[in-house]
Parts: sequence; structure tokens; C-alpha cells
Amino acid sequence: MQDKNDFTRNKRFSFKQIAAKLNFSSLTSALLAILLGLIFGFFVMLFAMPANALAGFRYIAFGGFSRLGDVFYFATPILMTGLSVGFAFKMGLFNIGASGQYTMGMFFALYAGFMWDLPNGIHWIAAVLAGMVGGMLWGFIPGFFKALLNVNEVITSIMFNYIGMYLVDMWVRGSSTMYNSTITRTNYLPQSAQIPSLGITGSNVNYGIVLAILIGIILHIVLQKTTFGYELKATGYNKHAAEYAGMKGKTNIIITMMIAGALSGLGGAFMILAPSGIPGSSMTYEPVNIIAANGFNGIAVALLGNSNPIGIIFSALFISHLQRGGTLTNLVGYKPEIIDVVIAIIIYFSAFAMIMNAAIGEFIKKRIKKTDSDIIEDTTEELNVTDASNNNSKEAE
Amino acid sequence: MDTIYYLIQNMLPVATPLLLVALGGMFSEVGGVINIALEGIMLFGAYFAALFVYFVQDSGMNPQVILLLGMLVAAVAGLIYSLLLSFAAVTMKANQTIVGTSLNMLIPAVVLLFSKMFFMSDGITTSINFYIRKVPVLGDIPIIGPMFFQRTYLTVMIGFVLLIISTLVFYKTKFGLRLRACGEHPHAADSVGINVHKMRYLGTSISGILGGIGGFFYSVGIMDGNVNGHTGVAGFGFLALAVMIFGQWRPGKIFLGALFFAFLRTLAYSISLIPFLYNLGINQTYYRMLPYVATMVVLAFTSKKSRAPKAEGIPYDKSLR
Repeated sequence: MQDKNDFTRNKRFSFKQIAAKLNFSSLTSALLAILLGLIFGFFVMLFAMPANALAGFRYIAFGGFSRLGDVFYFATPILMTGLSVGFAFKMGLFNIGASGQYTMGMFFALYAGFMWDLPNGIHWIAAVLAGMVGGMLWGFIPGFFKALLNVNEVITSIMFNYIGMYLVDMWVRGSSTMYNSTITRTNYLPQSAQIPSLGITGSNVNYGIVLAILIGIILHIVLQKTTFGYELKATGYNKHAAEYAGMKGKTNIIITMMIAGALSGLGGAFMILAPSGIPGSSMTYEPVNIIAANGFNGIAVALLGNSNPIGIIFSALFISHLQRGGTLTNLVGYKPEIIDVVIAIIIYFSAFAMIMNAAIGEFIKKRIKKTDSDIIEDTTEELNVTDASNNNSKEAE
Repeated sequence: MDTIYYLIQNMLPVATPLLLVALGGMFSEVGGVINIALEGIMLFGAYFAALFVYFVQDSGMNPQVILLLGMLVAAVAGLIYSLLLSFAAVTMKANQTIVGTSLNMLIPAVVLLFSKMFFMSDGITTSINFYIRKVPVLGDIPIIGPMFFQRTYLTVMIGFVLLIISTLVFYKTKFGLRLRACGEHPHAADSVGINVHKMRYLGTSISGILGGIGGFFYSVGIMDGNVNGHTGVAGFGFLALAVMIFGQWRPGKIFLGALFFAFLRTLAYSISLIPFLYNLGINQTYYRMLPYVATMVVLAFTSKKSRAPKAEGIPYDKSLR
């Protein structure tokens, strides 16, 4: 018994150390990916319209600060989809279906908002919960296919993105209460179904962002402090070892996908139920058979935050900041799509930023070694090497 | 009989891009690289080919010659775009699914950005007609003529030729065998002197070429030669991946799978012409979902005994055993 306790404590200790290191190097690699993404984005702008590239780039980098309220407002849905993708990542699942779950959640929230007749304080809460259920349903399907039928969750989620999008568009168009055919968008939701505003003048920030951040913190606690979170991570690190240790892999896959779906669904609900003064940006949905972009932006958010809920909160705010800046580039002749380009490039580089990060660290370490010939003695031990490279990469940043 | 002719004539131009892209996915995956970026590669190839067509369409060249040249442009564009994937997946040993997703996200944004800035639209609209009313001699053959050589596109015939070439390369050449070895057991392949990285680059590049051509053929056969950044290729890259899994990574079965999916899609879009189905009064949206639902049903039944390449998705690292 004594032995066993010692063993677990020992293991947890080293586990923590490794985790801390991973987090640290992932921060620098996220910064590296962002830096490269922005540089390449700048080149794209230079290529598209050389004269205004500098002015446009300034809008992207700093434009968001002038609209801080909007940054928070638009960060809410991508924060939720980011949490969804990141949570599934922890389990080793790639939830590319956040988009479909988001659309489903949005529809359920819309339906609850229009069709249910509830008193003032409760209606919006009920609509948010309905959205959660909708997303959960759509997350359950890929989980079920993965766990019981061994179908790759990526393909399933992509197919259900399309199926969900077609279904929702059909349902929306079929209902005259929800759909206004003259503006080809959904109607405005009744007042009671709207998420209350935080009451900050000159911005549209509402309780959605507060709830989203709270959910992020709760997820962090679940992952760090509960058995379920531990099992999740263990399965993510090594599926077979986790199975051998008696963890129920299949059940966990289904539960993880349901939670991930619920998070995306909440994102959809927060988006559609949030009143805003910006025309065409909120409260209404246009059924035009296009897959929701917020689901895919969630992937970028999750990768930048290294799937860590706290990291995801910050990366969602950062991406939203870039997007707000991107809309301002219209003033100098660019289109907001430039931000999607930057985001895609950031994801591309963040896929191997860890390796580049290590390589840069290694390179700098060698340089230092050359100048400092004393250190050469016995640094060959594995741990020391990684330690040094981490420290060096910190200096590099 | 006319309905059957109509369905087949409309099915083949849809089946061709699916077939080519699925074959491309196959070449990439049997080499060990998961190519989720096919959707992006298709759009990239289609965009550049459409750009080419847009600039030469008024020069009075024969439409079929323009189509062939456009195909070359699409192939080169697809090849270049796929190099981004091979660089990340093979050289940098990155997560192939994530890289593929980023490449899929990048290209619609680029298309929209440049089209909105320079063409004031969401894509490129061309005005050339690639449609062939009737192939000279072959179109007069009874039954086969109206099925395959009337009201069709040149793309169908090119697609068939490329299928035969792919099958030969896959089964009958040293290259095909070596490529498959790299996807099954790269260490064993390496130990007999095959350069795994080079093979994977080649496999992914072939998938880039076929993906680019497939994208252009999609825009020719389905979108009348236009390219739109919003709808892109409507998930055809992903459908092609499903076709590839359905075909168990083998050219012959992939051909059948492509025909099956193309048939479902054609059916979905021609409901109003088939009185029996039209009278059922089912909302047409259900038919549009049919290919995606069918994919799921097929995968549910085939994935248990999947013959996926064993090393797919795992970056090759010499030092690991």
C-alpha cells in the first residue's frame, strides 16, 4: 500500500513537471505561430495592394482596441466552439463538427425563443439550455459512430456538418414564425428570450461572455481536479494504456463528444440570443446553405490555446480582436476575409510550431555552448537538455 | 428510357471529379499521408484554372483545347498547393489532420479576398461553353452512344483515361508497390533502401495533381465553369474521402463508389423530372442530404473491417522502431 502511494505521488509529481514544461513551450510556440501568421498575412496584403498594406496591417494589429466591447461580444461564440474543440482534443478526438453542433444549438435556441412562452427571467435561460441540448445531440452522433462502429470522427463530423446545416435551413425556412422571407433572414427574437446586457454603454457585451468564461474555468477544474478529467487525458495520451488500466474508453468517447457538442451548442445559443446594435451581425440567421464559420474558427482558437481552457479564453479574445481589426481594413480597400487568411496560416504553423520552437531552442543552445565551453561536461542527460532548450526558447521570444 | 439516359448523362460529369479526387486521396494515403486538404486542393486548382479560362475565353480558341490547357493549369496549381501539405506532414512531422484543415480554411478566404477586391464578386464567372452535344462517330452507336457520348463533357473521357493510368501505376509499377510499402510499414521499406520521405512527397503530389484536376472538372461539370468562394466545391473533397474509404483504398472499388455517390446526388437534383419520386411530396432538402447520409450508412457498415494503410497519419521518424 505504502509503495503504491509513493508510486502515484512520484508519478503525479513528474507528470506535473512535464505538464508545466509542455504549457510553457506551447505558449512560446503559440506566439511563434501568431507571429508567422501575421507576417504572412502582411505579405498577402502587400501582394494584393502594396500601397495600403501598412495602413491595413495597423488596423488588423491595433484596430480591435478601439472596439473592445465588440471584441468581447464576438469572442463569445468562438470561445465556446474553441472550448468544444479543445476539450475533444484532450481526449485525442478531432471535433471538426463544431460547426454542425453550433448550427444545431443555434436552431434549438431559436426554436425555444420563438415557440415557447415563458416568463421574462426564465425564457432566455431555457433557450440557452435548449441550445445546449441541440449541440449535445449533434455531438453524440460522431461519438456513437466512433465508439461503437469505429468510424473516424473527422469524416462523421464533416458529414453531419452538412446534414445539420441542410436540416436547420429547411426547418427555418419552413416556419413562418421564425423566418421572414422578405429579408431572407430569421425574425428578431422576443425580448424575453434575449440574453440581458451587461449594461456597459456603447457596447453590446452581455452575460454570454461572462457565462462563457465561467464555463471555461469550470472545464479547467474538471480536467485538472476530477477523475473524469484524468481519465480523459490519460486516454488522450495513450488509448491502450488507459484501456488496460480499466478506464471505459468507449463510454468516455461518447461522453466527451456529447460535452464537446454541448459546448458548441451553447456557442450557437449565445450567438443567436445576444442582442446587438450592429446590423446583420446578431439575433438573426440567414439560411443560405453555408456551413457556419464559427465552428472552424473554434479549431484555430483551440490550437492557439493548446487545448487548455484558460489558454482558450485568451486565444478567443485574441482571434476576436484580429477579426474586429479585419473588418476595419475595409476602410483602406481590403476585405475582412484577410483575417480568415491570417487565421488559417496561424493554424498551419501551430501544427508544427512545437517542433520549430524546439529547433530554435536547440540552435540557440548550441550558440551559447560555443561561447561557453565550460558547460559541455555532462549535459547529455535527457531532462537537462529539454530544460535548457526550454529556457533558451524563452530567451528567444 | 429517356430518364435513364438523362440520369447517366448527368451522373458522369459528377462522378468524374469524385473519382479523380478519391484516387488522389488514395495515392496520398497508401503512402501514409492523410489528405484532408483535398477540398482545399480542389478549390485551388479550380480557381486557377477558371482564372486561366477567364483570360483566354475571348481569344477564339476551341473550347475543348481551353479545357485541356485549363486542366494542366489546375494540375500544376494542385501540385503546388499539395506541397504545403507534404512539407508540413512529411518534413516537419506535423499533425496531418490539423494541417489539412488549415489548408481547407485558407483557400476559400484567399479566393473571396482576391475576387472581392479585383472582380467585385464572390468568385470567377466564365462565359465559355464546354458542353459537347454529341461526339462525332461514337455518339451514333445505339444505347452506348446516348449514354456516354451525347450531352456530355470532355472531362468524363479524360477521367476514364486517368482512372486506367492510375490503376496501372498503382498495381503494375515498381513505384506503386514502393508507395504502398511506405504506407504499410515505412521502416521495412526504409530498410530495403526506399526513401520514405521522397515516396510520401510523390504520393501527396500525385494527389495534388488529381485533386486540382478534379476541382477544375467539378467547376466545369457542375458549376458551368464558374468558381465561387462561398460554396467552394460543396464538400466534394470530403465526399471523395468517403468514396475512398468506401472503395477500401483500391482503384476499382473507388470507381464503383464514385458512380454510386454521383448517382445519389444526380437523383437528388433531378427529382422534379422523375414523376414517381416527385409525387411522393418529400421535401427536396432530404434528397440533398442523401449523399451525406448514404456516406454515413456505408461507413458504418465498412469501417469495422477497414483495410486502411497501417501507417497512415503517422509521421515517419527514422529513429523510432
